[in-house]
Amino acid sequence: MTVTDYQKTAYVASQAADARISFDIEAEGMTLNIGPQHPATHGTLRIIVRLDGEQVIWADPVPGYMHRGYEKLCEVRDYAQVTTLINRIDWLGSFANEVPFILAAEQLMGIEAPPRAQYIRTILFEMARIANISLFLGDMGVQLGALTPVFFAFRDREHVLNLIESATGGRFHPNFDRIGGLKDDLPKGWIDECKQAMRRIRSFCDEMDDLLVGNAVFQQRTRGIGVIPRDIALEYGVSGPNARASGIDWDLRRDEDLPLAWKHCDWKVWTHPDGDSFARYWVRLQETREATRIIEQLCDGLPAGPIRAKVPARIRVPRGEVFVHTENPLGEMGYYVVSDGSPGGPFRCKIRTPSFSNISIVPWLLQGVYVPDVITILASLYFILGDIDR
Amino acid sequence: MTLPLAAHTFLGIRGAYWNVTALKVAAVLGIALGGAGAFVYLFLFKMMSHMQSRLGPMEAGPHGSMQLMAEVLKFLQKEDVFPERADRWVFAAAPAVVLMSTFMIYVVIPAGPRLVVANLDTGILFALAVSSLSVIGVLMAGWSSANKYSLIGGLRAAGQLIAYELPLVLAVVGVVMQAGSLSLQRIVYSQAHFKLFGVGGFGLFAIPQFVGLFLFLVAAQAELGQTPFDMPVAESEVVTGYMTEYTGLRFLIFFIGEFATGFALAGIGATLFLGGWYFPGYGLHWGNLAWARELVGLGVLVAKVMVIAFLIFWVRFTFPRFREDQLQAFAWKYLIPLSLVNILVTGVAKVAVHA
Amino acid sequence: MSPEAESPEATDVVVAEPEAETSPPTERHGQMVAALRDALGDGVIEHAYSAVDAWVRVRPDAWFEAGRVCKERLGLSYLCFVSGIDWKQAPDLGATKRWDPDAEPTEDPGDGPGRWTTGVGGGETRFQVFARLYDVTRHVGLTLKVDAGDGLDGAPKAASWVPLFRGADWHEREAWEMYGLEFDGHPGLRHLYLPGEFEGFPLRKDFPLLAREVKPWPGLVNVEGLPGEDEPTESGEADGADA
Repeated sequence: MTVTDYQKTAYVASQAADARISFDIEAEGMTLNIGPQHPATHGTLRIIVRLDGEQVIWADPVPGYMHRGYEKLCEVRDYAQVTTLINRIDWLGSFANEVPFILAAEQLMGIEAPPRAQYIRTILFEMARIANISLFLGDMGVQLGALTPVFFAFRDREHVLNLIESATGGRFHPNFDRIGGLKDDLPKGWIDECKQAMRRIRSFCDEMDDLLVGNAVFQQRTRGIGVIPRDIALEYGVSGPNARASGIDWDLRRDEDLPLAWKHCDWKVWTHPDGDSFARYWVRLQETREATRIIEQLCDGLPAGPIRAKVPARIRVPRGEVFVHTENPLGEMGYYVVSDGSPGGPFRCKIRTPSFSNISIVPWLLQGVYVPDVITILASLYFILGDIDR
Repeated sequence: MTLPLAAHTFLGIRGAYWNVTALKVAAVLGIALGGAGAFVYLFLFKMMSHMQSRLGPMEAGPHGSMQLMAEVLKFLQKEDVFPERADRWVFAAAPAVVLMSTFMIYVVIPAGPRLVVANLDTGILFALAVSSLSVIGVLMAGWSSANKYSLIGGLRAAGQLIAYELPLVLAVVGVVMQAGSLSLQRIVYSQAHFKLFGVGGFGLFAIPQFVGLFLFLVAAQAELGQTPFDMPVAESEVVTGYMTEYTGLRFLIFFIGEFATGFALAGIGATLFLGGWYFPGYGLHWGNLAWARELVGLGVLVAKVMVIAFLIFWVRFTFPRFREDQLQAFAWKYLIPLSLVNILVTGVAKVAVHA
Repeated sequence: MSPEAESPEATDVVVAEPEAETSPPTERHGQMVAALRDALGDGVIEHAYSAVDAWVRVRPDAWFEAGRVCKERLGLSYLCFVSGIDWKQAPDLGATKRWDPDAEPTEDPGDGPGRWTTGVGGGETRFQVFARLYDVTRHVGLTLKVDAGDGLDGAPKAASWVPLFRGADWHEREAWEMYGLEFDGHPGLRHLYLPGEFEGFPLRKDFPLLAREVKPWPGLVNVEGLPGEDEPTESGEADGADA
């Protein structure tokens, strides 16, 4: 009996189908898009994950939905205009973004701000930290399903935002730092209100301690999840509370000699050995409390004096390059400013943002992780889209 | 001797079978929808808001009481959207299945000695069996939506509902053993006659069956899909899980079904553990005010339902949610052994007391 | 470096250019530079100091080795960033401030291959890759630079640091998409911020800032005067504004 061509083809096709079936089973996995529109991501971050059941095989974050081209924009603006722009990188703790850039320009020009300005800069910097991180403290609860703490966070953050507004004129984008000092002095009665607000923030931190840190479900959801070992953290450039939660004892407020006032007060750097999501939450909670203590000490020791050094009316920064980094609420933020001595803005301004490096670890970190833990890990890493995308 | 076909009674109204049945159906619908609406307003809008230091809806009606009406009308006028690759029949039928399983629980909850739609001898068994039908509806919804998120949510929901059926049932078994009957009316009566160490008259099985009450509350929380067991609708992860693709009236049916089930399960819990419609003055001679006694019984039942609901929603707004595997481990490794121990202790105690 | 004295306008503050430092700011900086010179030999072209910082420029074939030495021997295990820099002067847009891609340059811009004005640590090519590493225990940092090429024949290149620092993956991807710098040994250079079909390298100085093309700076062009006032001039230049 002869085998027809049709039978031969059918046989080959069935062999091929079998091969395809087993190949598909090996490569089987569901591709899921988390974002860019998703309640869990703080903004438009898209993460493509490939799942095997409920576990992640690989993950690829796709940033750039909010890329505004800051580095190019900085090159065509002069130094005062750049300050307005960079407020919007980390928009929750905006004052903190201005400070390293202004310090870089001052270093190039050889100007130092007077002591009162340094103190007030530090106070506003720490307030930016409180405004930023108190949102995180509530928001991590929402990501895990606890709906109530975030309302307390927003309520108590209002106190700090009101203070920032009364001092600088803007709740979110103060645009208050100037080369040589600050724009204005503090209004009358600000110091007393500030201390009251700090007491409220501390009671808020105690509430979060009870509601979330002490909650058994929260601990079960975050302990041991998303552990970042110390050496991996350093390779990826993870900084700030994320790094301190992995046991790296590094805080630029203490370790870098900047013309700001942290060295004039007594405060502690908080670290945690575990490196998991719980550790990151815990470190940020302690840092918020510590920030309130720093502000109170600085308010007590505020020196009198001018608020701005004498600078030329038209800023012209001499040739040079400088890198200044500070301990921003999200991590280490740095500006590498290259000036070619011409009037106008920087020749090149490389903005080193903390969330960029914090999120670059996500592909490594999410392997083998369950889908609900993906949300926990992203929430605990705490990024701001403007910080990733610039 | 059986009743003649023509003479059925409900709420004191005698009539033919179909008339009385229609009346019963209307009553169930009214109670279910009214109960669900009350829950949504009181607990979801107002209690949650006040716990979160805000006011909640205040615009529609005095203190926002008409907000639910506004939301219902909003849902009713929405476009009926089908996902393109959804299985149309299954997609449309899923909310109906879930709602049907909820309404049937109301059939056996008694609000008075004669105020019950059907006084089944297998009352509680029927109620639990029928409440499990919602699993089918959830799976239908998740599968037919042609959406990965819905599928994940539907599978999670099914796994969770099945896992927590067992603690629910086993918690009830303790009560059934204590009362000696499956019928809900008999359970209420036995609570009325219950004496603890010679002291009686408070009519609660919550005291001897406190473990059962705890298990029932936890399992009911999971059956309702409330935090900490709301993985299926984990809003920050899978949007709304199996309900993601539903809009308009179908979504409203799911929403109503969730709260109606809450009312029903709270009603079952109030009947089993808190004494149902019985209150300590029930046995006294009311004379001409017998009808008032029925109303007070109804009010007492509603109050007890609100107490249980308050506990359920309070936990909902406070706790974060469990992860799926933690949730399953909690059910299988902790709740079920605890409920078995509860049954053991109840049986031993019952035999010892009666011996 | 030609010193430029600033003529003050309203104040009598003279901001002088900082002098070039020849001694290291701290002992550790000096040790690090010396160790690098030791390990790389003539791979290190030059180094520079400022009051607080240190720069080292290495040869392109020593870039990877420099990274390894820093990470493994000098304790600079924290990757701050890797990025690029384009030393070409931005084209002068003239009075209209409009960018016209077909316009001939009106005058010799003053720079070109072999004539680039570069920064601290020197440089011979238009594109440079620079990276900053940090030591979290000793709290010192070091900036490393390498020449990448002029981009005239083929893309400017440098070795990839991904085998040393995993975080360099994203930094080099961004440097590629912004400057066109290619990193040898990178697992896959693809767009990070920009959509896949984007053409061009935005941070290069000859890539136009489209906002300038569409609406010339400083943007007062379309302002209507109040009733009774004269219309503002078309060019809209504010008083004495520069650049």
